[in-house]
Amino acid sequence: MIPAAAPGSLMIVVPAFNEAGAIGQVVSEIRETVPGIPVLVVDDCSADSSVASARSAGAEVLSLPHHLGLGGAVQAGYKLAYELGYDYVIRMDGDGQHDPAYIPKIVDALRSTSCQMAIGSRYLNGGLDPSSFARGLGIRLFRLVLRPILGQEVHDPTSGFVGVNRQALQVFSRTFPLEYPEIEALVVLQRKAFRFVEVPCRMRPRLAGRSTITAVKSLYYIAHVLLGVFVNVLKYEPKRKKRP
Amino acid sequence: MQGLLNFLTGLAVLLIVSVLFSVRRSHIRVEYSVSWLGAALTLLVLSRAHPVLVYLAALLGIGQPPLALLTLVGCLFLLVLYRFSVVISALKDGDIALAQRVAILEYRLRSLDEEIQTRG
Repeated sequence: MIPAAAPGSLMIVVPAFNEAGAIGQVVSEIRETVPGIPVLVVDDCSADSSVASARSAGAEVLSLPHHLGLGGAVQAGYKLAYELGYDYVIRMDGDGQHDPAYIPKIVDALRSTSCQMAIGSRYLNGGLDPSSFARGLGIRLFRLVLRPILGQEVHDPTSGFVGVNRQALQVFSRTFPLEYPEIEALVVLQRKAFRFVEVPCRMRPRLAGRSTITAVKSLYYIAHVLLGVFVNVLKYEPKRKKRP
Repeated sequence: MQGLLNFLTGLAVLLIVSVLFSVRRSHIRVEYSVSWLGAALTLLVLSRAHPVLVYLAALLGIGQPPLALLTLVGCLFLLVLYRFSVVISALKDGDIALAQRVAILEYRLRSLDEEIQTRG
C-alpha cells in the first residue's frame, strides 16, 4: 500500500509492458537508491510475470484492465499520484535503461527551480550519440521543430526519464498524449506556460528484451509525433465551468 | 453509363439490406445506422432519378451524370467516415479514462482490504 503523501513527497512511476526480465531489478535498484520512496509499477496488461516480479521486488502495482499503451499507463500513474496528494513524480522506464542514481538530481532540479518538469537528458553535455542514424536524424528534427514552439532548446526531447511537480501532475491527469507521449507532453506543458529544465544523465543498455522500434516504425514515429505536436499547438480547450 | 447507374443502385440496395440486418442482429446500434442508411438512400434515389442527376451534374459542371453521382456519393461517404472517426475517438477517450479509473479503484480497494486485515 502506498503511504499517504507528506509535504514534498515523491513517488516513482514505472510503466511496464512485458518487462518480466528487468522489472524486478529496476524496482530493487530504485529502492536501494532512494529507500522509503514508494515505487508504483503501472502494468499495462502484461502477458508475462511482470506483476509478480515487481511485487516481489517491493513495488506497488497498478494493473490496467486492458492494454492502453505507454501514454495511458503513465497517465494512470500520474492520476493515482495526484489523487494521493504527491508533490513530485519521477517516471522511469521498466527496461533498466534509466539509472536510479540520477533520481536525486532530478528531484533537486524540480525543487530548486520553478520549473514544472525536469528531463533526464542524454545529450545535454555535448554531442549526439544515438544508437542509430535514423534516431539521430529524428532527434535533430524534433529539436528543430520544438525550439520555436517551446521557446527554448530541448536537447533530449525523447527522454522517458522525467520528473514532474504537482502543477504538471494536475495538467497531465487531465491531458496526456497516448502514443509516444514524451515530445507531445512538452507541448502540453507549453500551452500552460509551464517550464522545464534538463538534467544531464547517462543511459544504460536495457537489462532485457529489445527495442520495438524498427526502421519503418521510426518513420511512423516521426510522422505521428510531428502531427501530434502541431495538433497540440492548435488544440482548442473549452473553458471549464466553475462549480457553484 | 446506364450500367454504372444500375450497379450503384444495386450497391445502395445491398448496403441498406446489410445495415438493416446488422441492426436487427445488434451488430450496429440504431443511432449509428442512420448515417449509413441516409447515405445509401441518397445513392439509391439519385441513381434512379435521372432528371435530378442531370440537374446536379450541370450544377457541378460535370458532363456525365453518373460521374456527378459518384462524386456526390464519394463526398457523402467521406462525411459518414468523418462522423465515425469522431465517434470512435470519443469512445476511445472514454474507454481509456474508464480503464484507468477501474485500475485506480481496484488498487485503492485492495489497499483498504490489506489495511483492514492488518488491523483486524
